[in-house]
Amino acid sequence: MPSDIAALWRQYRFERRLFWRNRSAAFFNFLLPLIFLALFGAIVNGHQSELDVIVPGIAGMSVMSTTFTALAYNLTFLREQGVLKRIRGTPLPSGVYLGGLALNAVTNTAIQIAIVVLAGRVFFNLGWPSQPLTLIVFVVAGVGAFALLGVALSHAIPTFDAAPAVINGVFVPVILVSGVFFDVKHVPGFLRDIAQALPLEPLINGLTGGLVADHGGIGKHLTALAVIGIWAVVGAVLAVRGFSWEARRN
Amino acid sequence: MASTQPAIEVRDLRKSYGELDAVRGIDFQVARGEIYGLLGPNGAGKTSTVEILEGYRRRSSGEVSVLGFDPGQRTRELRARVGIVLQSSGIYSHATVGEVVAHFASFYPHPRDVDEVIELAGLSEKRDERTRTLSGGQRRRLDLALALIGDPELIFLDEPTTGFDPAARRGAWQTIRSLRELGKTVLLTTHYLDEAQELADRVAIIKGGRILAEGSPSELGVGGGSRYRVAYANGDGEPTVIETDDPTRLLHELTGAALERGEPLRALSVTRPSLEDVYLELTADA
Repeated sequence: MPSDIAALWRQYRFERRLFWRNRSAAFFNFLLPLIFLALFGAIVNGHQSELDVIVPGIAGMSVMSTTFTALAYNLTFLREQGVLKRIRGTPLPSGVYLGGLALNAVTNTAIQIAIVVLAGRVFFNLGWPSQPLTLIVFVVAGVGAFALLGVALSHAIPTFDAAPAVINGVFVPVILVSGVFFDVKHVPGFLRDIAQALPLEPLINGLTGGLVADHGGIGKHLTALAVIGIWAVVGAVLAVRGFSWEARRN
Repeated sequence: MASTQPAIEVRDLRKSYGELDAVRGIDFQVARGEIYGLLGPNGAGKTSTVEILEGYRRRSSGEVSVLGFDPGQRTRELRARVGIVLQSSGIYSHATVGEVVAHFASFYPHPRDVDEVIELAGLSEKRDERTRTLSGGQRRRLDLALALIGDPELIFLDEPTTGFDPAARRGAWQTIRSLRELGKTVLLTTHYLDEAQELADRVAIIKGGRILAEGSPSELGVGGGSRYRVAYANGDGEPTVIETDDPTRLLHELTGAALERGEPLRALSVTRPSLEDVYLELTADA
């Protein structure tokens, strides 16, 4: 077991080193939430109540893009390239390898959340997170659910060529409907119901509690946490059931 | 003693995918230190057989032992003693050759020296280059380096030289022969006859999920009911071919008749069927 932890650490460090080496990918990965913040900060032009919506919204989107989107992409690529199959033929335990991929994604989530919180503080006068515990609980829950759902989605992507279309086909509607860019209270009832049943709106709901003052502690967001938990279970079942170490043959 | 036990034992191996029977009762053994070739056309059941031995697929029935382990159990210890070169597999494209080989070395309990393996694979001058800059042949050599880094006893090579130019093939063959000198066991699949003839101690010809013939490349050429082929030009200068089990008598008659006529026997040749002839005969679609 200690040797597995050492192997996980090695695997993680290797993935990190290579992540930074693909400079353009790393750069845009961290620039994207900043661009969104700058853009929407300019659009709402300093209305504090709007900023209170947009900053947690973009934090939620960051969680989803660093885990769900990134893992669905990476796994599709690694599967199609045969990297998964090659690793499977070595004595490296599968859990250690996949754990390294997951930790790599989670590190990007942490960096992006830190960027969003800092930018909110520096540019939009948002204050430090009012409920750090709520923030951490929801980031952890969101990371878990979206990472598992990303792994599950990768099973549904037939080839790497299809990956952008499939992943964006899920990602874009979800961020639009879930109130990343507006307060979900202002949308028609049926859309709001859909949004609240999906995992991103509850995540943003909880992140709002963590980031913005006067939205209450974790006790006020337990329903949201439960919805994320259900998605995590669904994601776990689908991720494990459909998992394949090699690309489908024609 | 463990080391006298065969490296691979396969008994009545079968594999079905739904309705399709890909492997229909295969038996063979590979001794330690042997290079054993599985030869057959695409879809013959080679890859299914090898992937069961590698632990990638589950068998439908039959018995399989690899270095004394059941590969279906996916034991970590077995994977540490086996090296696998797959037909095509990607690798960290932003890492250098040296980094990838060193990283893979960390998976194994007793890895070989990283530089030594890179040297063996002929990639020394590419050591600090990123893997995505490698040519197709260099990438195959990296595959081989990654399969050898754990110092395996048994190496699976799945069509190791497909897509190589002739010079690169000779180089790869040299490397594979050097594995024999190191005492390694090699299971080689190929659809190149010359490759099997050149490298393998024994060959099994597979088609339709069954082994049609097995033996050393030269035995396969001679045995299996195959005959000598005597070719010459007859009195009118027309090429004539006679197949016979008894070339001595036939040659005596032919040369005797030619001497009586006072003519030379032109274009005379005596050949035995090559592995290629046997292969084509066995794998021809009836």
